[in-house]
Amino acid sequence: MANAQISYDIAHLIGATVLMAGFQLLYQRRLFAVLNTFAFQALALAAAAAWQAHIQHAPHLYVTAAIALVFKAMIVPIALHWLVEQLGIHRNVETAMSIGWTMMAGVALVALSILLVLPVTANATALTRESLALAMSVVLLGLLMMITRRNAVTQVVGFMALENGLILAAVSAKGMPLVVEISVAFSVLVAMTLFGIFFFRIRERFDTLDLADLETHRGDRQ
Amino acid sequence: MLIAAALSALLALAVLGVAAGAEMWRHRLIYFCCMIASLVLLAGGIKHLGQTPGTGPAIVLPIGLPWLAAHFRLDNLSALFMVVVNLAAAATSAYGIGYCSHLPEPRRVTPFYPLFLFGMNAVLIADDAFMFLVAWEFMSLASWLLVLADHKNAENRHAAFVYLVMACFGTFCLLTCFGLMAGGEGAYSFPAMRAAKLDGVSGFLVVLLALLGAGSKAGLVPLHAWLPLAHPAAPSHVSALMSGVMTKVALYGLIRILFDLHGEVNWAWGAVMMVIGGITAVMGVLYAILQDDLKKLLAYSTVENIGVVMIGLGLAIAFKGSGEKTLAALALVAGLYHIVNHSIFKTLWFLSAGAVITATGERDLGKLGGLAKRMPWNGVAALVGALAIAALPPLNGFVSEWLIFQSLFKGPSLPHWAMKFGVPVVGAMLALAAALAAACFVRAYGIAFLGRPRSQAAAEAHQVPASMRLTVAFLAVMCVVLGAIPVTVTDALSHVVTPLTGVQFAVSADLGWPWLSPVSSTRGSYSGTVLVMTGLGLCAVTLMLARLLGTSRLRRADAWDCGHKEDIPQSQYTGQSFSQPLRRVFCASIFAARESVDMPDPGDNRPAELKVRVIDPIWVGLYATIGRAVDFIADLVNRIQYLTVRRYLLMMFTTLVLMLLVVAVRQNQ
Repeated sequence: MANAQISYDIAHLIGATVLMAGFQLLYQRRLFAVLNTFAFQALALAAAAAWQAHIQHAPHLYVTAAIALVFKAMIVPIALHWLVEQLGIHRNVETAMSIGWTMMAGVALVALSILLVLPVTANATALTRESLALAMSVVLLGLLMMITRRNAVTQVVGFMALENGLILAAVSAKGMPLVVEISVAFSVLVAMTLFGIFFFRIRERFDTLDLADLETHRGDRQ
Repeated sequence: MLIAAALSALLALAVLGVAAGAEMWRHRLIYFCCMIASLVLLAGGIKHLGQTPGTGPAIVLPIGLPWLAAHFRLDNLSALFMVVVNLAAAATSAYGIGYCSHLPEPRRVTPFYPLFLFGMNAVLIADDAFMFLVAWEFMSLASWLLVLADHKNAENRHAAFVYLVMACFGTFCLLTCFGLMAGGEGAYSFPAMRAAKLDGVSGFLVVLLALLGAGSKAGLVPLHAWLPLAHPAAPSHVSALMSGVMTKVALYGLIRILFDLHGEVNWAWGAVMMVIGGITAVMGVLYAILQDDLKKLLAYSTVENIGVVMIGLGLAIAFKGSGEKTLAALALVAGLYHIVNHSIFKTLWFLSAGAVITATGERDLGKLGGLAKRMPWNGVAALVGALAIAALPPLNGFVSEWLIFQSLFKGPSLPHWAMKFGVPVVGAMLALAAALAAACFVRAYGIAFLGRPRSQAAAEAHQVPASMRLTVAFLAVMCVVLGAIPVTVTDALSHVVTPLTGVQFAVSADLGWPWLSPVSSTRGSYSGTVLVMTGLGLCAVTLMLARLLGTSRLRRADAWDCGHKEDIPQSQYTGQSFSQPLRRVFCASIFAARESVDMPDPGDNRPAELKVRVIDPIWVGLYATIGRAVDFIADLVNRIQYLTVRRYLLMMFTTLVLMLLVVAVRQNQ
């Protein structure tokens, strides 16, 4: 019994770490710091997956953890780093909403997720319930990041963070097949490649990555 | 079986119509086959009406939605409407044999004409909501294509657009109506709907939606706007079908829902329908009087007649809802009788209008005149039709309007005070409409067929082909026949009415054939048969006396020239001058009709003109307002089209969070 309690506490701790990393992402004002925080979040995610693999005795989750570790904590941040350096991007985070307000909105979203998930999953185990609430908060924070940041790189990071939330939800529910996670991971990689190519193209054409400048060039605009 | 064969034949004819090409004899052959198919369907309907306990066998075909086979059944109500539809359809098809060569582009008409007939017949025999709506749309779209037949005219394109919008609106209402009746389990077959009980709110909505859906097709004010645009735009034999028959199919839908499927409609709806019917009748005929275009005049007259039928149907609902089943049956018989009559005389008049257009190329009353002499067949037939529309005895129009009045006179026996006082008001509106309709057709017939030709085209009018003359003659004979044997008709109609009102009823019960005595043997009775016989007898006696006592010497003299020495056709009454008194009295307030004299400046030698301005209150007040509102909303929505990616994401995010909030709040309650 005590063993189960400790497993739960640790799972909870790691999940909360992922969520905290989500808040940190919102708080950062420098692009490299955003990337580092993202790498940290992915690391925490890998830890969460590994811990779930341990307590659920589900060896395939180790693969998930490995994928998260390699792709999301290493390849993606390094690639984005490289891109930012290559393109010589302005390294400030340009916000559409002040950071204080963004944090408040984030807190409200977490409260909403808890309000929503806890009653719905009344029959599930405590571990699943908590993890689902955390995962949903991470997803909503990722979305919030996408809409409150102007720069294309930060939007990509927001998208990846959202995706981290999805994986967190997937690993904490029992019986999720591995193929889902692998396909999600690969789609992220593909998305990453595409974004990279687009960054180059946008940059070549318009000499900036601020999306607002892109709007004026839309062909269908009247 | 024969009915199924005839319907399949109509579908096949539509395909052949595409292949007809430019050879005119093929078009004629197709119209001839349509006529045969219509006659077969007509015979099927009459045969079914003849058998008293009448529900035909249900036929189930494995077509349509996968879990819902297509159900068909012919019962008394469908059989009656099948007779109505196919009598007119046989006439218009026969007319088409001669008329098709006068159309500008017969290839744009021939393929869709059988489809239109098929759609109308399929609506009548459908026994589930799905087939009903499919057939209904079939009918709408086929007639829409026929309205577009002369698509090079911008006015016709506008008419077709308005028609399409209104048809979509109507079908949408009917779809929702049937959805409500089918309930949660989706019981779309009519027997299941009959068995189902509707609760208060959905019962209310079903009646409302049925009135909107079927009413927009039938042309009830204020949903009539498309009708006077679309009906005249089609070729004349199609106009005849749309005006004389398609509006009846719409009323069939209404009767089917309100009397059969719904079953327990509140009496107050009867009051609503009567008021709508009264307004429709009066507005329709006032519009009709103002028209100079012959076909538009006829289309507005259709609106008026639909109003008259609606008064009968509304009264039947009010009686039925108050438990007066015999009176409900009487009012329903009266309404159905008027449906039958209107389908005949309106078809007759539209076909005559088609003949006039073929002969002269004009449909403006101001350019016609004197046609009775040059087109004697059409002249006589149109006169009979005009007398029937004006509800003069012994013709059929009189019988049905008289029956409606008889049932209106029993209105005070309703228990509700609103109805006791309201029914006479509707009766007054009906009387006004009937009188104005007579004036309207005196004007239409007098200006178009009598007097002297007002244009070169009218002076050179020629006879139309035999098939076009014979059909109008046939319809004129039908007007007389249906007026002369009213008891036979009402007996057939009471078979139809019995299952709808749940009471055995015969209008001729008290005095027996050939007397109609709807209320009691002493309160009012009428016999068209006796009247016709007496009239013929008196004519014979008069002729004999004239022969015996008068002189047989032929004497020729000038007609009275109203004091005008010169032979100027312009000195006659015109359509405008005929309607001027009525326009001044009735239309000054409703249509804001104003006259002004456009006087040229001194030195300018153009003639002075009398200008008339008429504003359609419903188009300006309702349709134009809706159009502006749609434009306004479209402008607002248009702004959303050019946002940044971030804003789109923000919208999605906000929607998501709002929905999550709703879920959170609801589950915490």
